[in-house]
Amino acid sequence: MGEQGIFLRSFFRNLLREEFEFEEFARQSYTIGFRSIGICALTGFILGIVLTLQSQPTLKEFGAESYIPSMVSVSIIREIGPVIIALICAGKIASSIGAELGSMNVTEQIDAMEVSGANPVSFLVVPRILACTLMIPLLTIFADAMALVGGFTAAALSGDMTIKLYFTKAISSLAFSDVFPAFIKSIMFGFSIGFVGCFIGFNSNKGTESVGLAANSSVVTASIWIIVIDAIVVQVTNSLIYS
Amino acid sequence: MNQEAIIEIKGLKKSFNGKEVLKNINLTVRKGENVVVLGKSGQGKSVTIKCIAGLLDQDEGDCLVFGREVKEMDDQELKGLRSKLGFLFQGAALYDSMTVRENLAFPLKKVLKIKDRKEIRERSLEVLEAVGLADAIDKMPSDLSGGMRKRLGLARTLIVRPEIMLYDEPTTGLDTITSKEISYLMLEMQKRYKTTSLIITHDIPCAELTADRILVLNEGEIIAEGTYDELYHSDDEFIRSFFK
Repeated sequence: MGEQGIFLRSFFRNLLREEFEFEEFARQSYTIGFRSIGICALTGFILGIVLTLQSQPTLKEFGAESYIPSMVSVSIIREIGPVIIALICAGKIASSIGAELGSMNVTEQIDAMEVSGANPVSFLVVPRILACTLMIPLLTIFADAMALVGGFTAAALSGDMTIKLYFTKAISSLAFSDVFPAFIKSIMFGFSIGFVGCFIGFNSNKGTESVGLAANSSVVTASIWIIVIDAIVVQVTNSLIYS
Repeated sequence: MNQEAIIEIKGLKKSFNGKEVLKNINLTVRKGENVVVLGKSGQGKSVTIKCIAGLLDQDEGDCLVFGREVKEMDDQELKGLRSKLGFLFQGAALYDSMTVRENLAFPLKKVLKIKDRKEIRERSLEVLEAVGLADAIDKMPSDLSGGMRKRLGLARTLIVRPEIMLYDEPTTGLDTITSKEISYLMLEMQKRYKTTSLIITHDIPCAELTADRILVLNEGEIIAEGTYDELYHSDDEFIRSFFK
């Protein structure tokens, strides 16, 4: 934890004091965000379909089929969307950052950057963490929207729900207390994914084996952080909203 | 020869996990000199130059560069020192996500803060021509051979016109002919850019070609010092064994 604290301090110090690497930030945002759109869209769409198909029989039994849009939107936007997308990004992005920086460490590229007088934290770490913090909430919003589309597709195919009715019900059932904590949560997930990938990659050992270990460890650690942050944010926001 | 000491190391000690790698290193490199540190693998040669570059902190002893103790430098002072240092890593340490052009532009933009594209292009071409790689400017490092990678690594360090060059095993992993080419290139670059060089190697032909003075490092200590000929004809059998 001590080393993570020092790394976190170094991140903020470089963020505030050093020249911002906008070009690298844009490149990382493209890599992290744009290149993850497909997997997030597919995941969201299928989540919406599955959630609708799974809950339809039970709701039908109670004559509450019309609650499907509300149930899908609240559960996806409040909890399932941010957590599932963050876990997918932990697998895709944290591992990629961990392996990339780990490999740069093994091949002495980080040392070369440092010894040349350039600042590796400012160039490698700050843009990656900020790009994750920005892009993961955006990917979550996009995946949430795709989940609603998926939910509508399933509902329309197995019933007579119109698109207007579906989306009116889905959106009107959402409150600020559903959307805001989820958004805050996905920002924190994004930060933790970027931070964990960078920390583990940057501090990996000098051997080829350590590249694989860095990738693996980044996914596991980021996933644990996501679950822990989720539990804390739910507890805190519930106590703030419902107290 | 100018007698001004650029690098001065006195009683340098460094341990890793309780294992003493450097026991007592004493060496001086004077301005304009090419000093070779010769030794078997795992004797602490690379650790010594990493202490000089401030990549590792020594446990004990003094490591003075331009008369200043490296360990006591703050971030800004270390940055200033490193702008005068060139470090050629064993594997060249090229940034593999960047093209040759971007590899060369990186230190110009980040260290010398040069924004002018024309100047960056001119300086990149100048060093690439000097190392014979002008045709490779738009290639990726993965498209280059081992010798070309070393040449590019050398070009990237020379582009900021350093006063001191630190070479970590510059010819390791190369065939005999390419090793010789790199050694001649190092000499040529030293003459052209008037650098002071500290070369870490276990390659005898490289040491013979490049060294004004050779130091032999064994078990964490400098055990002999002299010119190539002096050490070649040494009375000590261990020293002579390097040259057989």
